[in-house]
Amino acid sequence: MKDRLTIARQFIQALPYAQALGMELTALGAGTACVTMAWDPRFVGDPASGVLHGGAISALMDTAAGAAVMSHPAAPVSTATLDLRIEYMRPATPGQRVSARAECHHVTRSVAFVRIIAVDEDEDRAVAMGTGAFTVDRPRGAAA
Amino acid sequence: MKRPEPVQVVKSRRDAALAALVGAVPYIQFLGIRFDRRGDELTAVLPFDPKLVGNPMLQALHGGVTSSFLEVTALIGLSWVSLWDDLEAGRMDPVAVAAGHLPPLPKTIDFTVDYLRTGLPRDAYARARVNRSGRRYASVQVEAWQDNRERPFALGSMHCLMPPGPGEPGE
Repeated sequence: MKDRLTIARQFIQALPYAQALGMELTALGAGTACVTMAWDPRFVGDPASGVLHGGAISALMDTAAGAAVMSHPAAPVSTATLDLRIEYMRPATPGQRVSARAECHHVTRSVAFVRIIAVDEDEDRAVAMGTGAFTVDRPRGAAA
Repeated sequence: MKRPEPVQVVKSRRDAALAALVGAVPYIQFLGIRFDRRGDELTAVLPFDPKLVGNPMLQALHGGVTSSFLEVTALIGLSWVSLWDDLEAGRMDPVAVAAGHLPPLPKTIDFTVDYLRTGLPRDAYARARVNRSGRRYASVQVEAWQDNRERPFALGSMHCLMPPGPGEPGE
């Protein structure tokens, strides 16, 4: 039997931009997800230091957040980002893998609220933190 | 009285500075973003590419592509304002700038994206407006649209830490 993580991992890998950035789903819970991405010279935003561009980090965080929403027991059929705010606390260390852990902490009939933390290999000091609101698309005819 | 410089000389100096600024950032090249310039006004252009899709069913742009596009536009827009001023005032050598001797880029403090509509599988455009650019902090708004200028598909708001000026201590 294919487990949920395997199915969700294949789902993420089928998203062209997640694939382009080499994202990989490493954990999936009930409304939580972790997605990681290796450092790559093509994703650098500051050529002088080799630090990843904030946009690449935000793409990773957005993907982790979407996966967390999809994994929620409310079982949405799809989701889209309504709003996402990211605070960049420190540059991600060049050469290190970046991971985004997302938690969907509240779901209403049509909206999911998500918190995301991004870390590099020094997991005790966050690189970025985010909060987002996502749409929850319920299966047709589902009870509220 | 000094004769004004020929228009082509001015144009090529400005275009070379912009090309150096944009060309130095690998992630901008990875996304395929280019910048159109009219005087000091910049418009970012993101040509559609299948790798930018986040929802294969809808062929919609990935949310991370949209946020990246806005963030790139805001950062380049902010850097361009000071680079333009420094070049026009003669504080910076255009030959050195064109050769890649660029001032350090501002650093993003925070970035908020409002996803108004689905990003369609089409080219996207964006413009930034610098609402405040102080010695240390800056606030920039950015708007992206596709087919219809009056119907933006995403808005962004960014705060940045400005690079220290010459002779100022760094962070």
